[in-house]
Amino acid sequence: MADDKTSVDRRGFLKYAATGAVAAAVPSSMHAQEHDHDHDHDHQVVPSDPALRTKALESLLVEKGLVDRAALDALVDAYENKIGPRNGARVVARAWVDSAYKERLLNNAPAAIAELGYLAAQDEHLIVVENSPKVHNLVVCTLCSCYPWPILGLPPVWYKSAPYRSRAVIDPRGVLREFGLELPEHVEVRVSDSTAELRYLVLPERPAGTEKMTEEELAALVTRDAMIGAAKIASPPGGKA
Amino acid sequence: MNGIHDMGGMQDMGPIQREKNEPVFHEAWEGRICAINRAIGAWGKWSIDASRYGIELLPPADYLRMSYYEKWLTRNVELLVKRGMVTRSEIETGKPAPGSQKVTPSLTAAAVPAVAGRRGNFMRPEAEAKARFEVGQPVRARNMNPVGHTRLPRYARGKNGTIFRHHGIFVFPDTNALFLGEQPQHLYSVRFTARELWGDDASPRDSVYLDMWDSYLDHA
Repeated sequence: MADDKTSVDRRGFLKYAATGAVAAAVPSSMHAQEHDHDHDHDHQVVPSDPALRTKALESLLVEKGLVDRAALDALVDAYENKIGPRNGARVVARAWVDSAYKERLLNNAPAAIAELGYLAAQDEHLIVVENSPKVHNLVVCTLCSCYPWPILGLPPVWYKSAPYRSRAVIDPRGVLREFGLELPEHVEVRVSDSTAELRYLVLPERPAGTEKMTEEELAALVTRDAMIGAAKIASPPGGKA
Repeated sequence: MNGIHDMGGMQDMGPIQREKNEPVFHEAWEGRICAINRAIGAWGKWSIDASRYGIELLPPADYLRMSYYEKWLTRNVELLVKRGMVTRSEIETGKPAPGSQKVTPSLTAAAVPAVAGRRGNFMRPEAEAKARFEVGQPVRARNMNPVGHTRLPRYARGKNGTIFRHHGIFVFPDTNALFLGEQPQHLYSVRFTARELWGDDASPRDSVYLDMWDSYLDHA
């Protein structure tokens, strides 16, 4: 599909990428392949710094009435302060203390999560997979960055990174080792690659030594990485006094 | 498209770099572009599939070099232009074209709490679609190499698996991404053994589960 000029440009670009020179270069943008070019400029009149480009884009969209600046502020606040892994941790802790709830969670996660007041989960396509001494689940999105936002918030950079996305499916045990988790041979590893709109949450094993802890105390033990399956949850130091 | 985004199974991408106490956004502009992405998405001028495809259209070297939110920024500009919401010259000058009409924002601050964590519903239970497979059946992922958008990764193509779960009828991304309609299909979770995917060096116990649309599969 690409015309000769585009192919040459792309090869040239890759060559620069290989030498690292590209880091300082103006990004080539995909529109170059999409409309007819009979001229040779690069359309980068606005600064290439993404911070400046974002600022310019925001002003333009606000001026055109396409976005409301107060809505953007509210969205940033929601992402930074309202949705995050603490929501998922509460779900996990409830499942640990209430076996009927756990059953509902495994059978119909959106409804069970909405029970705890996370209504955004209601119309999510969510599946909870359970870890046990015999089975370890790990979640990845090899094609992009699919992640259960309503209960875990925005994904960490490593989850969206090429090293994790590429290796989680071919070498999950090696990936887990990098996270400090060595799984015995007899444990079955199940990797879920989030290729559709289904989102996966791992229900980690409840650690030993937590029998007397309250639901709230248990929730405080649950880590984001454990809900992705990249870690186990450690027993609290010395168990509960 | 057999692009760089389809990286499942590659091996030389380096160690996984984790950051302790990672902030949600590393710089303020990342939060802004994340919010802009959500707010302009509310106009309904493109789908989540078109949005993903917008990232896949980045040249591979750009894809690897750009930070996550830089990719979003570039993708959003392209979609805004492509769908006629802004012009290329407005992007270049940073100013609305003289005489252009000001519209009323689609997403208001008051509506944000209700939508911030929501993506929308992609299930289409009312759509007419035939389920060609049932749970427990052996299947083979098709060997196909479409030049557009697909959610069938290269590493699973031509491989044998088993239907593990039936999810229901969902929007079909391959057409939806190209503005060719939702054309909903049945969606399944398919289990592939690690040995089927990666050969005899893989653990005999391990497996990978992928969500796959009906037309990605053949009976095996």
